[in-house]
Amino acid sequence: MQRSSARSAATWAVALLGAAYGGLALGLEWNLQPAVTKIASDIHGLHEYVMIVVTVIFVVVFGFMFWSCYAHRKSKGHKAEQFHENTTVEVIWTVIPALILVVIAWPATRVVVAQKDASTPDLTIKVTGYQWRWGYDYIKGEGEGISFISTLTTPREQIEGRAPKGEHYLLEVDNEMVVPQGRKVRVLTTAADVIHSWWVPAFGVKQDAMPGFIRDLHFRAEKTGVYRGQCAELCGKEHGFMPIVVRVVTQDEYSKWVGERKKAMAAAADDPTRQYTFEQLKSRGEKVYAAHCAACHQASGKGTPPAFPPLDGSKVVTGPKEAPLAVVLKGRPNTAMVAFGRQLNDVEVAAVVTFARNNWGNQTGDLVQPAEVQAARR
Amino acid sequence: MSAVLDQHGHAAPHGEHRGHPSGVMRWITTTNHKDIGTLYLWFSFIMFMVGGVMALVIRTELFSPGLQWVDPDFFNQMTTMHGLIMVFGAIMPAFVGFANWQIPLMIGAPDMAFARMNNWSFWILPFAGALLIIAFFVPGGAPGVGWTMYAPLTVQMGIGMDLTIFAVHLLGMSSIMGSINIITTILNMRAPGMTLLRMPLFVWTWLITAYLLVAAMPVLAGAVTMTLTDRHFGTTFFNAAGGGDPVLYQHIFWFFGHPEVYIIALPAFGVISQVIPAFSRKPLFGYASMVYATSAIAILSFIVWAHHMYTVGMPVQGQLFFMYVTTLIAVPTGVKVFNWAATMWKGSLTFETPMLFAIGFLFLFTLGGFTGLVLSIAAVDIQLHDTYYVVAHFHYVMVAGALFSAFAGVYFWLPKWTGRMYDETLGKIHFWLTMIFFNVTFFVQHFAGLAGMPRRIPDYPLMFETWNRISSIGAWGFGLSQLLFLYVVLKAISSGAKAPEKPWEGADSLEWTHLPTPVPHHTWETQPVLH
Repeated sequence: MQRSSARSAATWAVALLGAAYGGLALGLEWNLQPAVTKIASDIHGLHEYVMIVVTVIFVVVFGFMFWSCYAHRKSKGHKAEQFHENTTVEVIWTVIPALILVVIAWPATRVVVAQKDASTPDLTIKVTGYQWRWGYDYIKGEGEGISFISTLTTPREQIEGRAPKGEHYLLEVDNEMVVPQGRKVRVLTTAADVIHSWWVPAFGVKQDAMPGFIRDLHFRAEKTGVYRGQCAELCGKEHGFMPIVVRVVTQDEYSKWVGERKKAMAAAADDPTRQYTFEQLKSRGEKVYAAHCAACHQASGKGTPPAFPPLDGSKVVTGPKEAPLAVVLKGRPNTAMVAFGRQLNDVEVAAVVTFARNNWGNQTGDLVQPAEVQAARR
Repeated sequence: MSAVLDQHGHAAPHGEHRGHPSGVMRWITTTNHKDIGTLYLWFSFIMFMVGGVMALVIRTELFSPGLQWVDPDFFNQMTTMHGLIMVFGAIMPAFVGFANWQIPLMIGAPDMAFARMNNWSFWILPFAGALLIIAFFVPGGAPGVGWTMYAPLTVQMGIGMDLTIFAVHLLGMSSIMGSINIITTILNMRAPGMTLLRMPLFVWTWLITAYLLVAAMPVLAGAVTMTLTDRHFGTTFFNAAGGGDPVLYQHIFWFFGHPEVYIIALPAFGVISQVIPAFSRKPLFGYASMVYATSAIAILSFIVWAHHMYTVGMPVQGQLFFMYVTTLIAVPTGVKVFNWAATMWKGSLTFETPMLFAIGFLFLFTLGGFTGLVLSIAAVDIQLHDTYYVVAHFHYVMVAGALFSAFAGVYFWLPKWTGRMYDETLGKIHFWLTMIFFNVTFFVQHFAGLAGMPRRIPDYPLMFETWNRISSIGAWGFGLSQLLFLYVVLKAISSGAKAPEKPWEGADSLEWTHLPTPVPHHTWETQPVLH
């Protein structure tokens, strides 16, 4: 009696849980994101197809097993039979699953082949993974020459719980990748430091970005809109904080964006030959520091030692200029301090070094001009 | 097994521990397979608790979006060490513990073939475990690279990485010594008449597993050694700037890593294959096909490794080859599941705690197998790779697979080992709590993964909040439920009711049919003869 009540309590618990899951699932994201490309919708179809096949098998096999649990119980007086072999049955349940696999493999093969066909793109964009942001270079097709770095814009206050979280928490960036609707885009991935992975779920594309190698993926977005993804390969401390945001626009809007972007690039181009004032460099440096350095070395300059040493009071930072310049440009091998030489231009490097040498307790009073950075690069 | 002996119960309990040291020295110097098995099992339980605390740190941080408890660096250290400790410290030693206890008993051998080496294989482990823990207290802390230790992120880590590499070397040595011991014992020390195809299936699965270990562990040692020389001695195996390739590391790692999955799963299959017939009171269905299926899985496990790497950018031929051979594994695995279900069919079933865990294993492991099939489809895996779907998948096969099977084994053999019964009611409560909280923790992770949540992130977008809340609550429930397991075992050992000579009616391997309960310290000093 006690046993059966325990069992029915357990049954109820399972049923309640099932209902709870079901109810939650209605109002929540629980399936693949809506597909915006042919490949992504093929993946949806394939996933559903495989799920149906395995669910049917699962129900049949465990139907038998639970029927057995119910009907062949000792407590009901069932006597055990002693059969332990049946070649026919065993051959059948080896061959049938093999056939089912063929039926699954056939459509899967088609999609795999399509995923790998990156030929004849309308637009080619190189994506570079940095610790911890993405760089985009439009290298072929309309917009050639556009180049920018895309960094998370979610403020630290939201991450640390000192401000309410926004709608696109952790999925918002300063510079979105913009592509035209209906055009085949080939993305070349690579990385500057460690392996990252460029992933946009709505497009059904994910490709690891390998330092020193170029890999590719392709997509043709059918609907305009903003699509968001995240880095999918553990790449160190800020792995969770380097999202990917792609804005798909109509061809006209795209042409317009290319025009504006090029104009803006020309206007905003830093002039490394110019002489900057101390104040100009320091205020620019503060921005560069916040975007590139603060995640590890902290806004306070105190770092989180020993992995991320303090800059405030550091002998390297406040010593001869050559030392901090070399660290920023070339990184420190075998540590998390990567080379920023390719991410930052001469003005930005000059600004951030000036800032670090003259902020917190550091008061060298001197400034670094872009020309000195240019010299240090050689 | 329906082995027939010519004489009964002749393993007379000779004087225990003749002149051997007692106290701590007994355990440090022991060469007795039962003592060493016990040491392995307790060590693995301690590591299970340590790894479990790390899992709770992870789940507590993920309870809400935002950073609440730990910084991202420490979070990465937690995911790395949770994985390494659970795989190498908890699950693998647990099954070596079962092997030590059970293989000699089941094949009628007086002890393991190399008794002194056996002592070494175990006593290396605490040092390896200590290195992993010490890594947290050196400058830079433990490595935050994931248990897979992908290059070149490993090059950026502090000396905690080196300690981890040395720990992996030690663990590998321990595993290889243990495997050589198991292979030699099984091949050379069976009782007369115990032909290979009359061995209990648990022994078979361990024989095959031991070969996998001997083949796979040196590969891992190679991979981490190359990491070590890349870090300190100027080599560039995994650095493109020096002619190396980071993907090379992944190929080498997974050439070890996929067999490793079966190194964990096969002994679990073995335990289940003992438990299900015992509580069905019916011989195992399809014994021969079980042996063949196990061998087929083992061989296939060496040619499917790159299915962990569908997103590295392999050529289309590579994607297709690894997809086809990976789906093939479903065939022998299916055979095993069908055989277990057929063993229960028309049996005379009872549902003591070991059987409950075995059925839980069967149900949830199959579920994990099916999500494995989904992931094997390269096209779909592109979407799911490195998401919580994968996390859910491998916890279904590692926790609901290996851990449930280990629980089944402990409840099943504890009366034989200690001569005392565990509390059946508490055992059942432990099962139901474990079963329910396991699913609360991990089932929802499938949804989070499908919706696009990457793994190994300390913070996440708002749309994943509900799934993470549920999962974290489940994790705490799951973790606390395991304290009940500890209590049940300690209670059984200290004050459990005396176990009957044959506590399980349907159990029919040698240790049940021909040895007294509890088993004496030395058994099979005269080998039994099977006809």
